Amino acid sequence: MGVSPNGDEGENDVDEGMRVARIRDGTVIDHVRAGQALNVLRVLGIDGGGGDTVSVGMNVPSDRLGEKDVVKVEGRELSQAEVDVISLIAPDATVNLIRDYGVVEKRRVSRPDRVAGVVSCPNPRCITTANEPVDAAFEVLADGLRCEYCDTVVRGEITDHLAE
Amino acid sequence: MRQQVITAADLSRADVNRVLDRAAEIADDPGAVDDRLAGEVVALCFFEPSTRTRMSFETATHRLGGDVVDMGTPEESSVAKGESLADTVRVVDGYADAIVLRHPREGAATLAAEFVDAPLVNAGDGAGHHPTQTLLDLYTMRSTVGLDGVTVGVMGDLKYGRTVHSLATALTAFDVDQHFVSPESLQLPPGVRLDLHDAGATVREHTDLEAVLSELDALYVTRIQRERFPDESAYREVAGQYRIDAATLEAARDDMVVMHPLPRIDEIAPDVDDTDHAVYFRQAHNGVPVRMALLDLMLADDQGGEWE
Ligand SMILES: [Zn+2]
Repeated sequence: MGVSPNGDEGENDVDEGMRVARIRDGTVIDHVRAGQALNVLRVLGIDGGGGDTVSVGMNVPSDRLGEKDVVKVEGRELSQAEVDVISLIAPDATVNLIRDYGVVEKRRVSRPDRVAGVVSCPNPRCITTANEPVDAAFEVLADGLRCEYCDTVVRGEITDHLAE
Repeated sequence: MRQQVITAADLSRADVNRVLDRAAEIADDPGAVDDRLAGEVVALCFFEPSTRTRMSFETATHRLGGDVVDMGTPEESSVAKGESLADTVRVVDGYADAIVLRHPREGAATLAAEFVDAPLVNAGDGAGHHPTQTLLDLYTMRSTVGLDGVTVGVMGDLKYGRTVHSLATALTAFDVDQHFVSPESLQLPPGVRLDLHDAGATVREHTDLEAVLSELDALYVTRIQRERFPDESAYREVAGQYRIDAATLEAARDDMVVMHPLPRIDEIAPDVDDTDHAVYFRQAHNGVPVRMALLDLMLADDQGGEWE
């Protein structure tokens, strides 16, 4: 299998290659809406303290989006729950799985019907915020999330409500 | 057979009618069902005190010939040692044929239902749901003024009152015109208004009972709580406008019924009790046949037909 560059495809490759270093094994989250890269990192729980090797490109020119952000994480594959929440803040994102510098899988994110385990419920009286063996789960609405347990609706920045 | 009743919204119109029909049969002839739950054990798991609801479920179980086991108060149970709700109900599931759960946190019944096989009834989860209250409200309304082609006024604290939210949502399954009477600061919350719109209901809001009183077949009164107001005088001024007495009701139809989930404090004057309008004590009594009907439909094993 040929090794392809692991950022955007086509003419942006060269451009982007200069801005964002390639990774050997890990995940590239591309076509993130400009301005959302740091929120993607928050969804992934990356705050610089865990020792992950991470490259971030912000406001990179993009044919499709005008400008985009790109996040590359070395040595990390994303769970479906993480991809689902990323789809809510970066609906145009592509998630590329990289092995030995090559893209081995390329996925467009799609808006899920529900998300579980990444976002926590902002209602302090919700049973999911007690010490129970369940994750908060939300129905995905057109303009927010509704807790499946207490019906609280989360609107606005869902990254303000990420689970620990 | 539906195994779990968590919210009134889980119940279709057909489900509701089935419970109310059964409740009516039971009320007519309670002796005919006195061994329906013989040998069955219903666990009452009350994580917060609610003496009246607990007694009502206990009475309902006994009248069906079943036995009750009671978790006791949270202070004397394993909850005090920090056990999770999930673990508590899993243990109870092992020795009970049905579980009745009351809990101070919203969503508790939804969570508990994930961990048990036994039928489970939500008897109130914080500010969330209390479906048996809604069923007994519907039963009371149906047995007095009916549930189709009627006009209902709901008055009081419409913002925080879960009883009101649940009843208003349930009434959208019937041909009921609903009017909502409250101070502006205590109108229906956006989420509930959205649900009512989605169900095709028209939400008509008033700040003054006089605007609709003469049209009503039923007036459902709820308490306006002191803690919703910054100070005592603001509370007194507002609450005073949403209090009814026998004189208020002179403008109502003779056959209009006044309902209230109880306990009331002073939002309905005692002089209403002696009028034909007052049905709130009957409403409270209806809790027993309605809960009997629900337990019977969930537990007794010779029920023909399925829940929808
Ligand atoms: Zn919640």
